[in-house]
Amino acid sequence: MKQKFGTHVLVFLAPALAVYTAFSAWPLLATLRLGLYSTDETGATHFAGLANFQRLLTDEHWFGHFRNALANNVEFFAIHTLVQNPVALLLAALLSLRGVRGAAAYRTVMFLPTLLSVVVIGFSWQLILSPLWGVAEKLLGFVGLADHFAPWLGQEDTALPTITLISVWQFVGVPLMLIYAALIAIPEEVIEAAAVEGAGAWRIFWQIRLPLIAPTLGLVNILTFVGNFNAFDLIYAVKGAIAGPNFSTDLLGTFFYRTFFGYQSEVGSATMGAALATLMFLVILAGVGLYFLAIQRRLQRLAS
Amino acid sequence: MRGAPRRASELGRGALVHLTLGGWCVLVLGPILLVLLNSFKTRQGIFDAPLGLPTAETFSMSGYHRVLGNAAVLDMFANSAIVTGVSLVLILLFGAMAAWALTEYGFRGNRLLALFLAFGIMVPIRLGSVAILQEMVALNLTNTLTALVLVYVAQGLPLAVMILSEFIAQVPQELKDAARCDGVGEYRIFFQVVLPLIRPAVATVAVFTMVPIWNDLWFPLILAPSEGTQTITLGVQQFVGQFATDWNAVLAALSLAVLPVLVLYALFSRQLIRGITAGAVK
Repeated sequence: MKQKFGTHVLVFLAPALAVYTAFSAWPLLATLRLGLYSTDETGATHFAGLANFQRLLTDEHWFGHFRNALANNVEFFAIHTLVQNPVALLLAALLSLRGVRGAAAYRTVMFLPTLLSVVVIGFSWQLILSPLWGVAEKLLGFVGLADHFAPWLGQEDTALPTITLISVWQFVGVPLMLIYAALIAIPEEVIEAAAVEGAGAWRIFWQIRLPLIAPTLGLVNILTFVGNFNAFDLIYAVKGAIAGPNFSTDLLGTFFYRTFFGYQSEVGSATMGAALATLMFLVILAGVGLYFLAIQRRLQRLAS
Repeated sequence: MRGAPRRASELGRGALVHLTLGGWCVLVLGPILLVLLNSFKTRQGIFDAPLGLPTAETFSMSGYHRVLGNAAVLDMFANSAIVTGVSLVLILLFGAMAAWALTEYGFRGNRLLALFLAFGIMVPIRLGSVAILQEMVALNLTNTLTALVLVYVAQGLPLAVMILSEFIAQVPQELKDAARCDGVGEYRIFFQVVLPLIRPAVATVAVFTMVPIWNDLWFPLILAPSEGTQTITLGVQQFVGQFATDWNAVLAALSLAVLPVLVLYALFSRQLIRGITAGAVK
């Protein structure tokens, strides 16, 4: 039986609701609204309808930057997905094998980078990959690949993949742990029953374990999606707000920062920033919506 | 006879497993160790033998002297500790109170409120930054730690309420009923019966909320970039940008930022990982 309503319920709810509403929900709505306004020379704002969005999506200068940042962001997410899932799956599968010695120690080490600041990780890798220091070149030399070294972070065509791999290196621990937890939660009887039926380890993995952890993979990827599409810290730490070389590492997050605060000779605009935040909100909402739709489909199929 | 080859192949498989897991661990620890080791070397040592341990000849703490000689660094650590600590306490307290209200009491709009809060789990609070800054300007809170605390509490509450609700729902009904029969008030039931029971969950939520706050760069950069209110994450970012050519100081600053996390992790990693895996299984 649920208890009845009373003033104590209000007292319990009030602090959380007040802070959340005032500093999360309300600002989000206010930002969406501000995207419909524009700022004139005097700094006054007035209603402008969809003018900001029209500018962002049709003006050559604005759209060029927006398209570039969006495309980079899609690549950022694609590389995350393609590298992080197999690596996390492999490591989690090995860790969850029965009787692996030192599994706890491996887990502890593998989760460590996720706790460190993106700023620290970004700078550390920048030093390691720096041709000035030559550590990466030296290490490649040990395996006879020194000739393949290049200043990856400084080249236009390799900077974004390199930064993305640094990000994967840091955060693969999260999917790893979630997948690992899902794998060890599979009841032993299910696996044994399959083994009795004569299924080999390989088949058991692909046809029994993998489908059973599919919901976890879904969760991992939607978390990555949301995180990737408002990523900012790593690019800002390694490349600054300009996201060089030549905007090749610009993501929606860094573009948003420049639009809002301005950079070099360009003056920042709160209203244009708000419009861009609205577009980012729509992208994230679309991804999350798609995810929940897919989950609901699955559940319905299971129910019928 | 039949056992021998099988054992050999099992041995080979075991070696492959450890080679893969160990290989990844080297890849994980290598960069971190590299920075830590070189922070204790002379400039000469850093460039001549980056992969070597500091020797009597190359050992130097000059980077640390330069960073710690900068009084602001200690203030930055203090700022980070205050912001993270206060935010954490408020998130846990307010979050547990709200979770209790939403799970224990039936009232109209209960579901809607839970959904309203859950929205914040998926939608990043950063998207509201433009209006958050305007709000803080209006409240005269820019360049204060209070602004950061308010935003981080708002950011951390949704997930805290969700996780804590699950645990509060498992508190046995008899306990609460017994307390009510004895005439214990609702406030005391929450603070003296329920809260002690969900301590393990509180610890899990604490870690989940603490790390992103300590490491955040975005809000310190936007809301509190002034000298006196910089957090250590923002401070390191600015310091490294400013002293980019002073490798000793840069490496020392990075190491100093890593060390507290390493020490805490060494102490609590077991509980932390158990919390994550248990949380995921549920």
